[in-house]
Amino acid sequence: MAHARPIATTRSATGIPTPRLAVWWILASEVVIFGGLLGVYIMHRIGHPEWAEAASHTQTWIGAINTFVLLTSSFTCVLAHQAAEKGNGKEAAKLLGFTILGALMFLMIKSYEWTTEIIAGYTITANTFWSFYYTAAGLHALHVIAGAIIMGFIAVDAFRGRELHRVEIIGIYWHFVDVVWIFLFPLLYIAK
Amino acid sequence: MADTVADVHQHETHGHDDHHHDQGWVSKYLFSTDHKIIGMQYMFTGMFMAVIGGYMAYVFRMQLAFPGISVPGFGQVSPGEYNALITNHGSIMIFWVAMPVLIAAFGNFLIPLMIGADDMVFPRINRLSFQVFFLSSVVLLGSLFVEGGGFGGAWTSYPPLSASGDYNQTHLGASLWLIAVALEFVAFLLGGINFITTLMNSRAPGMKAYDIPLVCWMIVIASILFMLSVGPLLAGAVMLLFDQTLNTGFYDPARGGDPILWQHLFWFFGHPEVYVVLLPAIGITVDVMATFARKKIFGYKMVLYTAVATGVLSFFVWAHHQFIAGIDPRMANVFTITTLLISVPIAEMLFVMIATLYGGSIRLTTPMLWALSFMAEFLIGGVTGIFLGASGADIYFHDTYFVLAHFHYTFFPIAIIGTFCAFTYWFPKMFGRMMNDTLGKIHFWGTIIPFNFIFIPLFVLGMGGQHRRIYNFQHFPEIAGPEYFQLRQLATIALLVMLAFQLVFFYNVIVSWMRGEKAGKNPWKANTLEWTTESPPPHGNWPVDELPTVYRGPYEYGHPDREEDYWPQNLPG
Repeated sequence: MAHARPIATTRSATGIPTPRLAVWWILASEVVIFGGLLGVYIMHRIGHPEWAEAASHTQTWIGAINTFVLLTSSFTCVLAHQAAEKGNGKEAAKLLGFTILGALMFLMIKSYEWTTEIIAGYTITANTFWSFYYTAAGLHALHVIAGAIIMGFIAVDAFRGRELHRVEIIGIYWHFVDVVWIFLFPLLYIAK
Repeated sequence: MADTVADVHQHETHGHDDHHHDQGWVSKYLFSTDHKIIGMQYMFTGMFMAVIGGYMAYVFRMQLAFPGISVPGFGQVSPGEYNALITNHGSIMIFWVAMPVLIAAFGNFLIPLMIGADDMVFPRINRLSFQVFFLSSVVLLGSLFVEGGGFGGAWTSYPPLSASGDYNQTHLGASLWLIAVALEFVAFLLGGINFITTLMNSRAPGMKAYDIPLVCWMIVIASILFMLSVGPLLAGAVMLLFDQTLNTGFYDPARGGDPILWQHLFWFFGHPEVYVVLLPAIGITVDVMATFARKKIFGYKMVLYTAVATGVLSFFVWAHHQFIAGIDPRMANVFTITTLLISVPIAEMLFVMIATLYGGSIRLTTPMLWALSFMAEFLIGGVTGIFLGASGADIYFHDTYFVLAHFHYTFFPIAIIGTFCAFTYWFPKMFGRMMNDTLGKIHFWGTIIPFNFIFIPLFVLGMGGQHRRIYNFQHFPEIAGPEYFQLRQLATIALLVMLAFQLVFFYNVIVSWMRGEKAGKNPWKANTLEWTTESPPPHGNWPVDELPTVYRGPYEYGHPDREEDYWPQNLPG
């Protein structure tokens, strides 16, 4: 397109940069999606104490490792933001690369975990606990995948020193993905 | 500047010969990031869907009034087809007509123009929003032609009927319907974030919160309501899709699920959704009334605060749809109270409208007639809602034609009257030409009078205990007396009359578009910023160095210090 960026995109009547404002609204909409799902799960769980038996077959130590992996990836994401603030695009890109590696490791561990569970017969239709388990964790995994892909684009831009403010935006989103997992882990794994 | 939308549309037929030939037709109209073009795309897609929804209404009303006849233009209606028709009529009219036209089309067209910006803050996300919406329309229309036909489990899609193809007999249709609705939600989440951030950040210099025209406020409050209510239903839709396709048991009590859960998730979204479409319609009518009463809105902040109050309350009324679904009667009392409470802010808005009209120099143009009729018709819808909100009365009225007539008396004023009001008011800005006022008034009376003849009989039928979801009343002789059949036939004939008068509207649009009187910048002598630029506005809305600055609120009509009775927002001093 020949024309320049619209002037609307450069204004900031609230004083908050528009991309940051938008990502918080996105998170608000995500909170109600996950909030709805987890709220429903909690109410069902209270109504069905017998699900504890099914829940006892989840592999808590795998979940714990994944929690650690995801938290570490958030840490490198914060460091990337710090580097971007200083204008060091190459450093930011490298650290975002570590975050993406963390995301990939999370997904690989999850694939291993689900494979063993499905082989053991705990499929999505085994009972409604497992339906919730796969739906909630699957929806979260989709967010991990989407975040990692977007982060890849931003890392390439950052490496060339462009659009460094976007590192913060993806960071906010990545922390949210992390926080969702912090809720999922005790609800799906620890609560027996 | 010849670079205007009206010229542009002539180029559709006369070829492109102006300085826009560096952009092809496709990139300009189908893949444009300009908010005005995207608004038009939403508008015309929505109007196309409205024609389909109206056609469906025609077919099933004919079946109801004259059971078993071969409906002209359709043929014999089988029970399955009847169910698919009513389901998709409801879905289309709410998700593919009311929302795209009232929120997306007018939101896209008006928000940047009214706040003095040259575009949305995320133009490409805006385009993506329309593309996802368009895809959702295609999926929905496609679902009508798959094996087994379109989904027939009502637009509320209650399980277990919707959860299993064994029950609803439309395996593929049910899943495609659900996917189409979910895609539509995604489109409006993308669009809504754009509206909210644009209004928050891209206002013209000098435009403070209380200088924003109410219609922009209302569309943004509606977008926030939508965003906060739709999430649980999106999660619920994924669960329902898994029940349909993977055979999980989220809504199956035999396997630890709960069918009432869907009703909670659906109406937790579904009731705020009523206000999602109502608020923009209120914003439109209030703006139009101020212009044509030549008076300041009686209570700008009152309307704004009551809209927020409505929004908050709307999250606590959902279970009034479920009074007979087996919910706890104590909970029913709570929801009765909240439901009756929510009529207070809405009534306040209507009082503000009346007070705005009082003492004004009212001009009965076509848009003003639509605005006044909105008040009158919506009042009937609101008042009948009191009966249904009271759990005692609702036990009798539930799922009768009374409910149906009630929500058509709310949705018709919102989606149809509100749209016509906005469309006739902003038509000069959109296309640069005035609409024919005589044809507009013929169309107005030809729509409003038959509308009442359709739905007042249905109130009577509902009070007689006629159930909503019956395909052929001859199968139920004990509730199908001849006097009821006459009322049903009256409603159907009124519908035919109303649909016929819509031809006047389409004729008027085409003729005015081609040969209407040139509108000029500000044909209505209104104050808001969109009237300070060319009609239709060029790309970028204003020349880059002439973007407006705002000095006052949007409704300064009849100010005593001025000779002219209006005072545009962008005039200094």
